[in-house]
Amino acid sequence: MRDVAIVSVAQSHHRRSAEELNEVEMIQPVIRAALDGVGASISDIDFTCSGSSDYLAGQAFSFVMTLDAVGAWPPIVESHVEMDGAWALYEAWLKIQTGAADTAFVYSYSKASPGDLPRVMSRMLDPYYAGPLWPDSVAYAGLQARAMLDAGVTTERRMAEVAHRNREAARNNPNAQVVGSPSVDELLATPMLSDPLRVHDCPPISDGGVAVVLAAGDRARDWAERPAWIRGIDHRIDGHQPGARDLTSAPSVALAAQRAGVDGSFDVAEVHAPFTHQEQLVLDGLGLGDDVDVNPSGGALAANPMMAAGLIRLGEVATRIMDGSAGRGVAHATAGHLLQQNLVCVLEGGD
Amino acid sequence: MAVDDSAGGEGLLRAPLVIEYPFNRTTGPVVGAFVTALRDRRVLGIRGADGRVVCPPVEYDPQTGAPLDEMVEVGTSGTITSWSWVSQVREGQPLQTPHALALIQLDGADTAMLHVVDAPGPESVSTGARVRIRWSDEPTGAITDIACFELDGGAS
Repeated sequence: MRDVAIVSVAQSHHRRSAEELNEVEMIQPVIRAALDGVGASISDIDFTCSGSSDYLAGQAFSFVMTLDAVGAWPPIVESHVEMDGAWALYEAWLKIQTGAADTAFVYSYSKASPGDLPRVMSRMLDPYYAGPLWPDSVAYAGLQARAMLDAGVTTERRMAEVAHRNREAARNNPNAQVVGSPSVDELLATPMLSDPLRVHDCPPISDGGVAVVLAAGDRARDWAERPAWIRGIDHRIDGHQPGARDLTSAPSVALAAQRAGVDGSFDVAEVHAPFTHQEQLVLDGLGLGDDVDVNPSGGALAANPMMAAGLIRLGEVATRIMDGSAGRGVAHATAGHLLQQNLVCVLEGGD
Repeated sequence: MAVDDSAGGEGLLRAPLVIEYPFNRTTGPVVGAFVTALRDRRVLGIRGADGRVVCPPVEYDPQTGAPLDEMVEVGTSGTITSWSWVSQVREGQPLQTPHALALIQLDGADTAMLHVVDAPGPESVSTGARVRIRWSDEPTGAITDIACFELDGGAS
C-alpha cells in the first residue's frame, strides 16, 4: 500500500441558507483555501473527485457547473460521486493506490435550502415499496430511534445528552451553524417534533461544503509539516429494507471499522451521526474506549451540509493531526437513511 | 484554512423551479407479483434462504444474495414493530392528516413493511399494536393499493 495523507482541509461557514450564492460561488472560496493551504494550483493535482447530488441542486449534471470553481481548462482528470465526499476521497485514495496519481483534490458540497429537504430525502428510497409513500426523513429516522428506545438501547435523556454535548462542543468550531445548547432537562421539556424525536434530536438543515488535498509519500511530506496519514479506510453497507434490518445496531459500521484497522487507542473520533440516537450506534460499532474525545467539532448536529458532513468528519480529524493537537484519530461517514452505509478511516501523524 | 464567503444579500432574485421525473418502471417477477397481488387485495412475501418470509418480497436473499422465487401469501393484519409520528403532512403521503409512519410485520411474515397508520394521535399508537389493511377503493397494482393501516379495535 502507498502511504497517502490528507495535507490540507478547508470548509465553509455552514449556515441555514446561502441564498445569495449559487453552488459554484459557495464552493469556490473553499476550493481556493484548500489549495492555498499547500501553496498548490490545480495544475499540481493529478486527480480531482467531487461529491454532490443533483436532487439537491435541482439540476442534471450539476457537478459539471461546479468544476468552473476548480478550473477545468486545460483539461483535468476528474470524477464525481453522487455521494458524500468521504466516498469521493475513497475513490481518490484508490486512484493514488493504483499509481495513476500522486496528488488528488477532493471536495463536496450542497445547498439544501432551495428545496424541502425532508421531502427530497425520500427520493433516496426504493421506488416501489417506500418511495410512493413519500416518508419524510425525520419520521423515517424516528423509526430507528423508537426501535432503540423500545429495546432499551437508548433513552430520551441519553439522546438529549448527545445533543447537548455536541452543540456545546461546537462553541469551539468557527464553522458550526448551531452553537450552544440549553440544559438536558430543558431539552427534555420541549415538545415532540416527530415523536419520538424532538427538534434537538435532529440535525440542522445546512448549506456548505468542504475541500481536501491528498498526497502520497514524499509529496505529502513536502506539502505538510505534519501530514495526516490514512492508515486504514473501508466502507460497508447494510440491507436497504428497514423492516428487514435490526435497527438497534449498525453491523456495517463494525465491519468497516474492523477492515479499516480500528483498534488500540485514539485521541479523537469524529462520527457522522445526523440524529442523536445514531451516535451511540456508531460508537458501539467502532468499539471505542471511553477516553476518546468524540466530536470536538460538534458533529453533524452542529452543521449538516448534505454530501459534505461525512468528509468534514475526516477533515476535522486530519486538521487536529496536522496542528499537532492529536496523534491518532478515527473518522466515520454515513450515507443513506438510518446509517445504512458507513465509511471508517483511521488517520495518524508521524512519518 | 479560513474562508471568506461573505456576500451581499440585498435584492435577491428568486424564481420557482419544479422538476418532475415521469417514469414507467417495470417491476420484474418478484415486485411484479407483489403489486399484482395487491390489486387483488392479497399480500405476498417471499421465502428467504433461511426459511424466513420476507415481506415486502426481495429478489435476492438479504443475507446470502441467493436468488429467491418462492412467493408466500401472508396476512392482511399485523403488528407494529416500530413507528413515529408525522405531525407535518407532506404532499404525496398516503394520509393527508397527521398519522403514524410505521414498520408493520404482517401475520405470517418475518420482516416488517413500511407504511402508514391512520390514528387520532401519537398516544393511540404503540409498538406491538395490532393493525389491519385499509384497501384503496381503486387498486392499480402499487404499494398505495394499501390506502393505510388502521388500528384493530377501531381507534381510528
